[in-house]
Amino acid sequence: MEDKNVEERIYDVIVIGGGPAGYTAALYAVRSGLSVLVLEKLSPGGQMTNTDQIDNYPGFPEGIGGFELGERMQKGALRFGAENQFAEVKSVELSGPVKAVRTRKKEFKARAVILATGAYPRKTGIEGEERLAGRGIAYCAACDGMFYKDKTVAVYGGGNTAVEDALLLSRICAKVYLIHRRDALRAAKVYQDALFGSSVELIWNSRVTGFLADKRLTGVVLTDTGTGEKRELSLDGLFVSIGRIPDTKLFEGQVSMDEAGYLIADESTCTNVPGVFAAGDARTKKLRQVITAAADGAMAAWSAEQYLAGEA
Amino acid sequence: MSETILTITAENFEKEVLQSALPVLVDFWAPWCVYCRRIEPAVEELAEDTEGNLVVGKVNVDEQEALADRFGVERIPSLILFRNGEQAGEELVAPGSRDAIEEWLEENGVSL
Repeated sequence: MEDKNVEERIYDVIVIGGGPAGYTAALYAVRSGLSVLVLEKLSPGGQMTNTDQIDNYPGFPEGIGGFELGERMQKGALRFGAENQFAEVKSVELSGPVKAVRTRKKEFKARAVILATGAYPRKTGIEGEERLAGRGIAYCAACDGMFYKDKTVAVYGGGNTAVEDALLLSRICAKVYLIHRRDALRAAKVYQDALFGSSVELIWNSRVTGFLADKRLTGVVLTDTGTGEKRELSLDGLFVSIGRIPDTKLFEGQVSMDEAGYLIADESTCTNVPGVFAAGDARTKKLRQVITAAADGAMAAWSAEQYLAGEA
Repeated sequence: MSETILTITAENFEKEVLQSALPVLVDFWAPWCVYCRRIEPAVEELAEDTEGNLVVGKVNVDEQEALADRFGVERIPSLILFRNGEQAGEELVAPGSRDAIEEWLEENGVSL
């Protein structure tokens, strides 16, 4: 740690996270003449790479693969001179006029930082989940529901998103179960009324405790939370909807966040820290989609530009 | 696929992996595996950055079932490191970042 390699150059903007918010921010910032570095831990696109086909991002009437859209967004930003490095940010120092962003090997500096780290669906933590993701286990009904047309699926969860997902799937799939670990839902009444009037079959007081699979998911093991009794349920798909976690742990104690960990910022994307902006799913907002993330990215770049102009 | 990444098959495994003078990182993957695609840019970049130090190869488990079975690959993406003709250390399954791969390589004695 002590002999850490420090990059002497001070960028105008460092973007943490290479999803739609991050690469849009990079595109706008670099096009307004700022020097930009994007740090992405794995691959361009972020959460959308988990979606086989994106049909709700305009301009692609036939739809586009999530992975491909991510790569295209990256290329669009790099075309104008934004830099990209695949490195995981380990720590940040965001106060002060020059901010430090540290990866495992290097420390980078910038006068403005755009936090576009996104969020990730909470996982069940059950053995086999990673391998079966995209092969029977899904996290987004709006994204992947169509792949289960006329099939038997279950949604696991009890909040608004879980009920919404179950209702959406009930219009596509042959059979939809909603598996919940309690005997009442957390979802708002309007959702519950809609649910109870639908064809969705509720399985109460049950936890998913195992996956049945060959190459794909074939079913789940359910454990009754009262009796501990186990049973198997045959499924073509399981939609896990047990919450989402913003990827903001790195910024704890430096940037204001709400109880759930979302970075507090309005549409301007300005956080409580001067020169630090929050864009995309990691920001407090109502609708988390590729397009709203991209919109945040453009806004964050603009806010950063204003900030840098005022600071100079 | 990047030119620096070898396609490993049952035919060239002995020569390219077991007889290699350099340590070899073998990425077991399949075309249908979404997460395999996600780690691909990191693996490719790593292969370019470590050229001359480390050999990187990929095994398509759909086409090379025997190789996958031989090394007990049940989950993908699985990364296995080979050195001096044998597996070195534990496999790494579905790493979350390029750094995670580098840390695993360093733990297994590859200096980057």
